[in-house]
Amino acid sequence: MSVRSPLTNFHAVAVTNPVVPPKPTLAVSSKAVFVLMSSVDADSFHGSPREPSAESPTQEIIYRHSGTVRWTHWINVLCILFLLGSGLNIFNAHPRLYWGRSGADSDHAIFSIGAVDRPDGVHGLTQVGPWQFDTTGVLGWSKTNGEYQARGWPSWLTIPSFQDLADARHWHILFAWILVFNGLLYVLYGLYARHLQRDIWPTIKDLKAIPSSIVDHIKLKHPVGEEAKRYNVLQRLAYLGVIILITSMVLTGLTMSPWFNAIFPYTLDLFGGRQSARTIHFLSATLIVLFFFVHVAEVFLAGPFNEIRSMLTGYYRVPRDDAARGPDTTEEKNG
Amino acid sequence: MADALSLTRRAALVAGFGAAGYLVANATSITQNAAMARIFEGVEDWTRVAQRTLQSKNGLAPEYRPADISPVFKANGTLNPNTNAYNAHVASNFQNWRLAIKGMVQNPMSLSPADIHRLPAKSQITKHDCVEGWTAIGMWTGVPLGLLLTAAGVSPRARYVVFRCADNLTGEPAKGGEQSPGQYYESISIDDAFHPQTLIAYALNGHPLDVQHGAPLRLRVERQLGYKQAKYIESIEMTDSFASIAGGKGGYWEDRGYEWYAGI
Repeated sequence: MSVRSPLTNFHAVAVTNPVVPPKPTLAVSSKAVFVLMSSVDADSFHGSPREPSAESPTQEIIYRHSGTVRWTHWINVLCILFLLGSGLNIFNAHPRLYWGRSGADSDHAIFSIGAVDRPDGVHGLTQVGPWQFDTTGVLGWSKTNGEYQARGWPSWLTIPSFQDLADARHWHILFAWILVFNGLLYVLYGLYARHLQRDIWPTIKDLKAIPSSIVDHIKLKHPVGEEAKRYNVLQRLAYLGVIILITSMVLTGLTMSPWFNAIFPYTLDLFGGRQSARTIHFLSATLIVLFFFVHVAEVFLAGPFNEIRSMLTGYYRVPRDDAARGPDTTEEKNG
Repeated sequence: MADALSLTRRAALVAGFGAAGYLVANATSITQNAAMARIFEGVEDWTRVAQRTLQSKNGLAPEYRPADISPVFKANGTLNPNTNAYNAHVASNFQNWRLAIKGMVQNPMSLSPADIHRLPAKSQITKHDCVEGWTAIGMWTGVPLGLLLTAAGVSPRARYVVFRCADNLTGEPAKGGEQSPGQYYESISIDDAFHPQTLIAYALNGHPLDVQHGAPLRLRVERQLGYKQAKYIESIEMTDSFASIAGGKGGYWEDRGYEWYAGI
């Protein structure tokens, strides 16, 4: 794990492409400088401009993600996959959610998955509040090893794939502990290195930019140049949201533990009871899944190679600011 | 040197992701692997030590108001032992039922429900948390187990209390088949046995226990999950080990993969 980490605001460690030795100065790329010089009066400059060769276009590469952030990110991915899979298996042991301190079969469920026998066969039914959906084949009544079975979530989504509460709980608690230690490491490091304060916590200026950032996201317009070196406001809010959601998962998970209730009864009051906590646990997990899909989609839209590489090696190629090479920019810089 | 380092890092990266991918893809088949079982046991020990360290041995489970009592207290597991002997006890209103207190005690005892009703009673409104996920709140009335054990005189060598029950539970379909039937039993630690909220209960919500909730006597050990709350108790045995009982894991569900430490 690299400790040389940038304290932190993604500081640039290497300029130009990796073959060329790093040049700490001139981050705006010599090509831009060349454009700048050629478009104005070249005689006013001493020396001749360096023209970058066509096969090695100068591009700024920054050290974007510290070792701690990269490691905790991937460990978190593994934890969440296992926790979701085993969590759905656990859910299947009692596929009903309630609101309040208590709740069992005779109480009103706000969400449930079940199977009913009808003249034309068994149907899987999913109830969300007052609505009911026929989800035969996926939820409530689905195939396990080629045979239909009454089970909440289908076998291809659960860990283990067969229905077993004891085994699913083993996986769940193992990865819950890893998640907790990994999360603590991330948060403590993030506070110490000021990664959370600088990169994640949105500034007032960031918050004011929410509307324009939403427009940019809808237009699939990704930041370039200097703007690409920092997280935009929606990224900040999304990552902050995930930190809050994971905290909520851990606290609501613990609230379902009778021994934890005896140690620290206050979370029962905070979440409105064990059954409300169980429902919030499920809702938070749903939101994490939603984040996961948006996050992965954004990685692919923003350039999967560069984005994934940056989370593996730490190095990120800053998308070039083409506008900086145009005549407008030139005038701006001259003026 | 730098190249060798980056090669090692690349190899480590590939190996790391390969191992993680293998784990995700084969989670089902390694679920019952022996090495994995040891890891899971280690996690259970860790959870138990973490939770017990954070709380004094007599820390109380939350208690509730009468208004919080569940309209219907769900009954689970065995709903009726339905043996000839048990049915005879139901017919005679459990007059001839005997609770044996035995094992590592100075004064082994045999108590009738009437004997137990004469002892100082305690009532508490607590929540029952099933391992499956549901919760029911009810008021339990019974005699603190610590009182019975003090009267019996527990040997200093005793570490566990084992409860043997009248019901033979057929188990739930799991791991691709039915689980083996077995006589229900449970065990708790001596600290939990002397916990002030641990009761041998004989009434639920002010009424004598009915058959589905464990008549005539059941255990309440409030900081643990539902499967610990043994019903139809016939004997209480003090011991220093439960390794030789049934599957050796300390309880009917423990023998079928559930945690003996049922605090989470």
